[in-house]
Parts: sequence; C-alpha cells; structure tokens
Amino acid sequence: MKLTSVDMLAQRRETLVQRTAALAREVRVCAGTACVAAGAGKLSDAIQREAAAQGLVLAVDGDAADVEATVRLVNTGCQGLCQAGPLVRVLPQDAFYCGVRPKQAARLVSEALQNNAVIADWCAVSPQGQRYATRAEVPFYRHQQPIALEGCGAVAPESLDDYIAHGGFAALVRALEMSPEDIVQTVEDAGLRGRGGGGFSTGRKWRIAASASASERYVICNGDEGDPGAFMDCAIMEGDPFRIIEGMTIAARAIGAQQGFIYVRHEYPKAVARLDKAIVACREAGLLGAGILGAGFDFDVEIARGGGAFVCGESTALMRSIEGLVGEPRANYVRSVQEGLYGQPTVLNNVETFACVPAIIARGAAWFAATGTPGSPGTKAFCLVGKVAHTGLIEVPMGTTLRQVIFDIGGGVLDGRPFKAVQTGGPSGGCLGEAQLDLPVDFDALTAAGSMMGSGGMIVMDDRTCMVDVAHYYLSFLQSESCGRCVPCREGVAQFCHLLDTMRRGTAKPGDLDRAIRLAQDIAQASLCGLGKSAPNPFLSAVTHFRAEFEAHINDRTCSAGVCRDLTVFAIDAQNCTGCGLCAPACPADAIAGAPKQVHVIDAQKCTGCGACRTVCRDDAVRALPRNLPCN
Amino acid sequence: MPRAPELNDIVAKYPPGKPRALLHLLQDIQTAQGYLSREAIGAAAQHLGVTETRAFQIATFYKAFHLTPRGRQTLRICTGTSCHIRGAMVLADEVRKTLGAGPGATTADGAFSIELVNCVGACALAPVLLVDGEMLGNVHPGTVARRLKRAGEAP
Ligand SMILES: Cc1cc2nc3c(=O)[nH]c(=O)nc-3n(C[C@H](O)[C@H](O)[C@H](O)COP(=O)(O)O)c2cc1C
Ligand code: FES
Repeated sequence: MKLTSVDMLAQRRETLVQRTAALAREVRVCAGTACVAAGAGKLSDAIQREAAAQGLVLAVDGDAADVEATVRLVNTGCQGLCQAGPLVRVLPQDAFYCGVRPKQAARLVSEALQNNAVIADWCAVSPQGQRYATRAEVPFYRHQQPIALEGCGAVAPESLDDYIAHGGFAALVRALEMSPEDIVQTVEDAGLRGRGGGGFSTGRKWRIAASASASERYVICNGDEGDPGAFMDCAIMEGDPFRIIEGMTIAARAIGAQQGFIYVRHEYPKAVARLDKAIVACREAGLLGAGILGAGFDFDVEIARGGGAFVCGESTALMRSIEGLVGEPRANYVRSVQEGLYGQPTVLNNVETFACVPAIIARGAAWFAATGTPGSPGTKAFCLVGKVAHTGLIEVPMGTTLRQVIFDIGGGVLDGRPFKAVQTGGPSGGCLGEAQLDLPVDFDALTAAGSMMGSGGMIVMDDRTCMVDVAHYYLSFLQSESCGRCVPCREGVAQFCHLLDTMRRGTAKPGDLDRAIRLAQDIAQASLCGLGKSAPNPFLSAVTHFRAEFEAHINDRTCSAGVCRDLTVFAIDAQNCTGCGLCAPACPADAIAGAPKQVHVIDAQKCTGCGACRTVCRDDAVRALPRNLPCN
Repeated sequence: MPRAPELNDIVAKYPPGKPRALLHLLQDIQTAQGYLSREAIGAAAQHLGVTETRAFQIATFYKAFHLTPRGRQTLRICTGTSCHIRGAMVLADEVRKTLGAGPGATTADGAFSIELVNCVGACALAPVLLVDGEMLGNVHPGTVARRLKRAGEAP
C-alpha cells in the first residue's frame, strides 16, 4: 500500500501498534551469523513445529497482521552475545536464554509461550551463582546503551511494517516538517561524529555539501567495512536495514540530494539481499522514489556491490568504484564533499553514522548530546572479540573506559588468562596495554594515546598473543591491499612487512627495529591516502608499549607468547598433565605420545610450534619454550 | 553446461557503449559463471566499448573476481583479526597439507577452491572455516581433515 501522506503513515502505525499490542508475548530468536552457525535456524523451525503441535498460533516475523495469533516469533538480527548463541529473548518478561537447542523447543513453547513463565533453570548464572531473571540484569547488557543498534536484534529485518510499528520513519516525518537548514543544525548540535573511523563532524560535512552550488548531489552509505576484524556494520545492514534507509533519506532531505548509494562489502551477500528487499518495500510504500509521503521530495537509493578491495572503503576510491572504475584514491586536496561522485557534492557516511541519525532527529540534539563525552557525544558500537570471555556486538556510551568494556561487559580475558593488550581501529589503529585500560572510549583520547577509535573493532589479546605477529598481521594485510598507486605505500609497506617477518622468523639483525621505525615515519608522511598514512600505526603503538618484546625477538630470538613458530617449541609440564588425551589428536604433526591417564610427551624434533596442543589443554600443562634452547 | 548463450544473455542486459557499467557487468558474469573467462572479459569489453586492457585492469584490481574456473565447493578460511590470533594461519597450513592446495588455488580434483577472507562475523567461534555457506567454528588444526570430510567431499 502506497503511503501518500504523513497522515497515512501515522494511521498505518496506529493499526500496526494495536495489532502488536493484542499479542500476549513475543519471542525473539537471534538469527545473526554466529547464532545461525550455532543452530538458530533449526531452533526457530523447531519452535514453529512445536507451537503448531501444541495448538499455539504464532505470528512469524512481519506477519503481525495474523489476528488469530497470540504469540509472535521474530527471527531478529544480531542480539549481541554471540559467544552464547543461539540466543532467545521472551517479552514482556524480558527473559533471556543462551545456547538454546532445538530439542528444548517443546519446553520453551509450553512454559514460556503458553504459560508466561520464566524458565528459571535456563537463565544465565553469575559466577557467584545468582540467576539473572531478565536480560537487563545480565552484565553483558547492563552497561550498554543502544542507539545505532536499537533495532538490531529487536525488529524483524525484512518487515517494513515491523519497522514502522517500532517507530520507524517518525524521524523522517519530523525531518519533512523541518527546513533542510534545521536538520543540518540539529545533527551539528548533537555533535554526531563519523563512526567510520575519522570522527569528522557529520553536521559540518552535510553543511558543506548543502552549500556547494550544484544541480545534483549524492548521499552514499559506506558499508564496505574494511576492518578485517569487525562486523558491526554488517550486523546493522542485516538486522535493521530500514534504519539506514531512513537515515540516508534524512541526509538527502538536508542537503538536497535525489540519489543515494549503499556500497556494501562483497562478502556480505545477506546484507545485500536484506537491503535490496528493504529498498523495494520502501519504494512500494512511497518512502523512496518520487514524492516521498506526498511531500514533494524525491529520493531513491541503489546498492553498489563492492569488489573486495579494502582501499575502496576510502571515500574517493569508493566513489570511483561506484562509477565503475578502478578504486584508486585520489589526493585529497579537492574534498569529496564538494566534488565527489561524478564530480558533484557528495555526503559519504558510515553505516553506523546513518543509523544514529533517525534517533537524533526524532529525539533532538540535546537528548543525543546528553550521552557520552563533550568531545564525542553519543554512543559507539564495538565488536568485542579476540581473547575475551564474552565475544559479541555491543554499544556503549562514549566515555566508558576500556576496562569497563573488557571486564564488566566482556567478562574479562578468555579462560581467565592475563590481559596483555587491546587493539582498536583495525589496520589504521593501534594496540594499547594494561596501563591504558582506564582510557575512555572517545575519539580524541584514543588518538592521543596512539590508537584510534576506528570503525569499532576491539580485539582483546592475552599473554599468548605476540605483538610482533600482530604488527606483522596488519602490515601484511595492508601490503596485499595497497592499491599500488603511490610508491611509499606500495614499496614502503612491502619492505616494512618484510622487516617484521624477519623478526618473526628470528633472522632480524640488530638495528632492524630502528630501521623499521624510520621507515614507518617515512611511509606515514609520504603516502597518498589514509591507507598508507596510517599503515604504521599498529606497529608504532605496539613498539611504544611492548618494545621489549620486539627486542627479544631480534636479539634473543625468543617469542615469549609462543606464537612465532620458527622461535618456539612446545613441551608438556609433567606436574600439570593429567593425561586427559586431548592434545595428541589435536596435533597435526603427530608429535605427541602418551597413554591415557599418563603424562604425555612432545617430540621436540617433530613439533612445528603451531600451538594446537596448548589451545586444547585444559590443565595449563603445555609450555612454550625457545626453539634454540635444548628442552627436556 | 552451455556457457556461450548464457554469456550473451547477461551482456545483452546492459546498454551497449556504456563503459560505466563495466564493473557491474563483470560482477553479473561472475555470479552466473563462477569466474571470468578470457572470452567473457573480451565480450564485456567489446559490448561496452572499452579496451580489453581496461576490462582486465578491473578484473585484476578487485579481489572478488576469479580468472580461473572454480572448484565445486569454495572453502574459505577466515583470517580476520580474531581468527588470526586464535590460530587461523595454522589452519591455513593444515588445509594446504590436507587438500594439497593452498589459498588462491583449486584442488587437483576440482573439489575445493580455497580462499582467505576477512571477518565473517562469527568471531565468537574463531577460528572459522566456511565450506560454501556452511560455517565450521572452533576448528583445531588436528581436526581439519575430519571436519572437511563431514562438511563436503574432501579426500
Ligand atoms: C584505507 C581506508 C579504508 C577505509 N575503510 C572504511 C570502511 O570500510 N568503512 C567506513 O565507514 N569508512 C572507511 N574509511 C573512512 C572513509 O574514508 C570515510 O572517512 C568514512 O566512511 C566517512 O564516514 P563517517 O564520517 O560517517 O565516518 C576508510 C578510510 C581509509 C583511508
Ligand atoms: S575474525 Fe574470523 S569470524 Fe571474525
């Protein structure tokens, strides 16, 4: 049904809200990537089968219109606590169950859905044995505040109706009542800074684009998500696609654009499919296309699929790629806000930035600015991953400290091992150590400490993570992603990567560390685009905080973390070994011998230093030793 | 499979002489045929009125394109940051040993094409392998062979 006026949208919402209110309960099954891998799809099917068997009528996903139903089942986007999937949340009780198996569906339906009960023995338990009756009490969620992720994990991602029922497009209605200048001013007053990494003021960017004289203007959403260790933008695109479209439409209204593009990373076929459906639904409903909501304002959105090149996340390269060209960046003395796509003024923002916009317009600049720090208002989404107990997708107020994020929300380091470092900002960011844990999540504070906010990857590292290896990892990523246009990046990064590789292999020479530092400074100064300019960051920050580790690799040829294979052999500590037999089958080199319940032994000649035995050992019985020293 | 008419159909969907559509056309061809043959690149270039060199430049710049035929299944090894620090490179070595082909290659029997990918959004299960759409989480080097056998048609 085409919505040809603001009133029609309001009526539609009213009808939908009444229908949803008539439903007694709602069960949300997480259908995010990790939960699906853990069996969420089968769980959802089992719940539907079981409901049918028990005579309970379910309204599934978008079809809240089914008036017969008393309970709604929504297959949502990522709910956050990826570690413990498949996740299930039941409303209105707000009960929260982790790791639910298909065979548990019968009890879920009969107790939680038919009888309103909270299934106490399924609730998450604190280390002290306290049961969390509601999700809001679970520490992972208690310290969070979702704005960009508000709908992700809540709405049915493929249903426009559900988005509208949750208040969707109310912000667009507000924006249509405001003058374009007021919209820009509101975003500027809110202090929204770009969530793609740089942290440039979004309001100011929009103002520049709006005031440039041109006949055409464009709005682009950057969904290239180049950070090799992050998935927040993917989660938003898959879990709440309509929010992005609404944010982009508001931006278009503010700057006077008629065409928008969403540039999606090539490995995200599901995000493309979801966005595609969302765009079609919006066009049919008159929320995209000519005369949106009958307000005499035209805007449409197209999807551009990325080609699998990291550098295309950079604004000028991305625009060239949309134009069908090779995605090489250009020198940035001409700003793409003024001369962007097809030479026209273009606003390019990150997925998360656009996802914040509807909330700002609907609730006002002051509301948004009340959260966070004065320099970085609002919240920030992170992928809290690596060696952390609760891996997942989170959103916290700016100003939250790294310690709070890692220990209060993340539950500390995996398996209770010692904390070593945290990496933020991906290949352009840096590693921070224990001494920096009390830094707040804030654009300026993280930059001042030698890291950066970045797009939202937050990788926790324990004492079994080698900083030389991590620095080499990012450099080799950048080496293969350098577009090759400028020499400092193409040749410099390759040399730099080679130097780090010699450290990993124990063939580095004294003085190589200083050589690497000098090279890093040259690359940072002389490169053409952000890729090269920021390439040395992961290395430089690691050297600042973990210099001794680099020196040990070069001078003593040892890797204390036991990661660099050429420098390490493993041995079993007879004191701790219980002979459980987990390590022998895990060893790809057949280097481990031992009878059940007997102490096992690693043949140092055969050991390739991969560390598989140490990963599987539950008794902390595997030790990393320097390879050049005799062992046992 | 008759490839030639299919190629013509895809190419014909784009208006001739519009160089801008090159990237999209190549993406469509690859989606349909799994890779870009020399013939396909030539046909796309000719249709859109660009030189073959331009088309090859695009086809080689973007990593999403494959220039050789693909295996029956694609095995992706996640080398995102989380998977890396939980041992993805050890897995990659193990895959090479097990299948006799490493990242970027296709096994001799045409069963698997092997690729490295960045974060696939399942860091909680790191390290992760993907066999076509199926995700294998928490893979240890010693269990690669077994897991692959279960997931597909491994040796
Ligand atoms: C090499 C390179 C890669 C980038 N990759 C991304 C990316 O994947 N996603 C993103 O949003 N921004 C990326 N950026 C930043 C963009 O150039 C741009 O600043 C950003 O998308 C602007 O949006 P924002 O102001 O909302 O953050 C990258 C920058 C560089 C230099
Ligand atoms: S890094 Fe492999 S799934 Fe995220």
